[in-house]
Amino acid sequence: MSMRNIGIVYRKELTEAVRDRRTVISTILVPLLLFPVLSVGFGALAIALVGKAKDEVPKVMLRGGEDSPAVVEGLKKLDKIEIVPESSGWKDQIINKEIRAAVEIPAGFQSDVAQEKSDTIKIFKYEGEMKSEFATEKVEKYMKDYRDKVVKERLAAKNLPDTVLKPFEVKQENVAPPEKVSGAAFGGIIGYMVILLCMTGAMYPAMDLTAGEKERGTMETILSSPISRMHLVLGKFFLILTAALGTAALSVLSMGVSFSVLGHYTGKTAGGRDAAAGLLLRLGPKTVISVFLMALPVAVLFSAVLMTIALFAKTYKEAQSYLTPMTFVVIIPAVAAMLPGVELTPKLSLIPILNVSLLCKELVAGTYHWNFIAIIFTSTCVYAAAALFLAIKMFQRESVLFRS
Amino acid sequence: MIEARGLSKRFQDKKRGEIRAVDNVSFTCQPGKIYGLLGANGAGKTTTLRMLATILEPTDGTAIVCGYDVVEQPEKVRANVGFLSTATALYRRLTAQEFVEYFGRLNGLDEASLKKRVDDIFSRLDMNEFRDRRCDKLSTGMMQKTSIARTLVHDPPVMIFDEPTNGLDIMTARTITAFIRECRNNGKTVIFSTHIMSEVEKLCDTIGIIQSGKLLVEGTLGQLRDKYAEHELEEIFVKVVTPHYVAEEAH
Repeated sequence: MSMRNIGIVYRKELTEAVRDRRTVISTILVPLLLFPVLSVGFGALAIALVGKAKDEVPKVMLRGGEDSPAVVEGLKKLDKIEIVPESSGWKDQIINKEIRAAVEIPAGFQSDVAQEKSDTIKIFKYEGEMKSEFATEKVEKYMKDYRDKVVKERLAAKNLPDTVLKPFEVKQENVAPPEKVSGAAFGGIIGYMVILLCMTGAMYPAMDLTAGEKERGTMETILSSPISRMHLVLGKFFLILTAALGTAALSVLSMGVSFSVLGHYTGKTAGGRDAAAGLLLRLGPKTVISVFLMALPVAVLFSAVLMTIALFAKTYKEAQSYLTPMTFVVIIPAVAAMLPGVELTPKLSLIPILNVSLLCKELVAGTYHWNFIAIIFTSTCVYAAAALFLAIKMFQRESVLFRS
Repeated sequence: MIEARGLSKRFQDKKRGEIRAVDNVSFTCQPGKIYGLLGANGAGKTTTLRMLATILEPTDGTAIVCGYDVVEQPEKVRANVGFLSTATALYRRLTAQEFVEYFGRLNGLDEASLKKRVDDIFSRLDMNEFRDRRCDKLSTGMMQKTSIARTLVHDPPVMIFDEPTNGLDIMTARTITAFIRECRNNGKTVIFSTHIMSEVEKLCDTIGIIQSGKLLVEGTLGQLRDKYAEHELEEIFVKVVTPHYVAEEAH
């Protein structure tokens, strides 16, 4: 093993990589610009949409209620909804979003209430449609408050205390520290991002350094030099690994900065993003280092696997069609780890990608399960070593190098 | 010195089964001589030369290049060989100088001797004008010179040329043939393959005619003329190859 030879190949591939526009775009520019653009874009869009939603006062049609003036008066006084009189085709009007909801007050409602007879108030809505749900909620809350008021009056009339209907209270209280709460909620995203970006960062150079070399006709040139094929493949591998880790690091950096800037500008309203931004900013060096330590064998695994697959291709395009489906192979376990309820178990800790993704969630939340860390790091290293071994073997096969 | 001993290469093809690209080929190339491997497309020239340059591994037999066995010590062999073909492209994003230096380093030259060597070669081949230009911005002639510089950077005693003039214009092709002659005059062992008769007539000390992976005839141009009672190499080639060629077509 000659580090000198590996270094010569590495330096040359690095020189070529930084001069290649496609590589620079995919490994440096995209991760740096993606998050600012995405978050500014989404932020602007969210502000615009929320503003528009706020501007529009949803119309709610009143059906009946002629003999219940107090209720109708109360509804009409509600903020942020507009009560309109009954007209025909009200169902279609809701479906066509001309009005957002309709409330039906049965005849004699108020006198029925006074006589302690039970009636039903119906609210018609467009389920899942945001403004309709908003209008429905408003009306429903008003009606429930009205009901509670009636209940209180009745209890008072009968000289009974409120506790008759509420013999005891049920209360939830969070004991987890705030960083663990946000860790559970957003830790998965960080693991997912790091894993996915390791993959995308490795992808372009993996194709360029193997299939690209075949396509440009330099494979025969380099194979006629005295360097051993193992040194050659390792030099290439280290460059792909550099790109993978570099992309992941740049992305996390850019994500943190853009989320915190966005959080600053949008203020407290953007609750979710704020928490994520706050979390990223609060990530101590210990967490960052441990996440990247865990990402290291994953990046090795991706670099070796992508390089091996791309090596089979004769052209850059062919390599692309082989590697694109690989993205899904990576995304699915990475996303699975973000699902609520999926937690580390000894079995899951052996599944590549999923295990690291799950562990990242724990690490970000500040939990260090040392036995899992050991299993996952070791198993990922084993997979990575196997993939690298395979890459070296494939590089020595003429049928792969000179596939025609 | 190159000594091919029963060199053979078989490929598995899904449709056609086993293909004997090179079949038990033996020959010797001497220092200070040019050996020309003459054959039609697909005759086995490229595979033979790739085995000599250890880019491919023989299925059977071996070759001794500068005292090293191509199967046992491929890296030693490559350190003593300069390999040039129309398929050996340049790294487009490197400059001419970086490209040559890369191969110098891969050949184990230290920085001091590398610099001296590169300066020497660039002056000799008149390449200083474009030494800092990227390879993708070079003309065909400049590219050929850069390729030549690459094969020379480690001063190898053996030169292998695989159809080096294929697809080149006359002026660039002449640069290459002049270079091949120069290699011989410097005492290097030279083997080159071509399907261009005139190149063989002009350059080669020994000619080997290859068809269907078999070395059919070997000798100097004079010996071949006597043996086949023809003056033109093309006529000799047709006489030698036709029986095998027809057989293959029928097959």
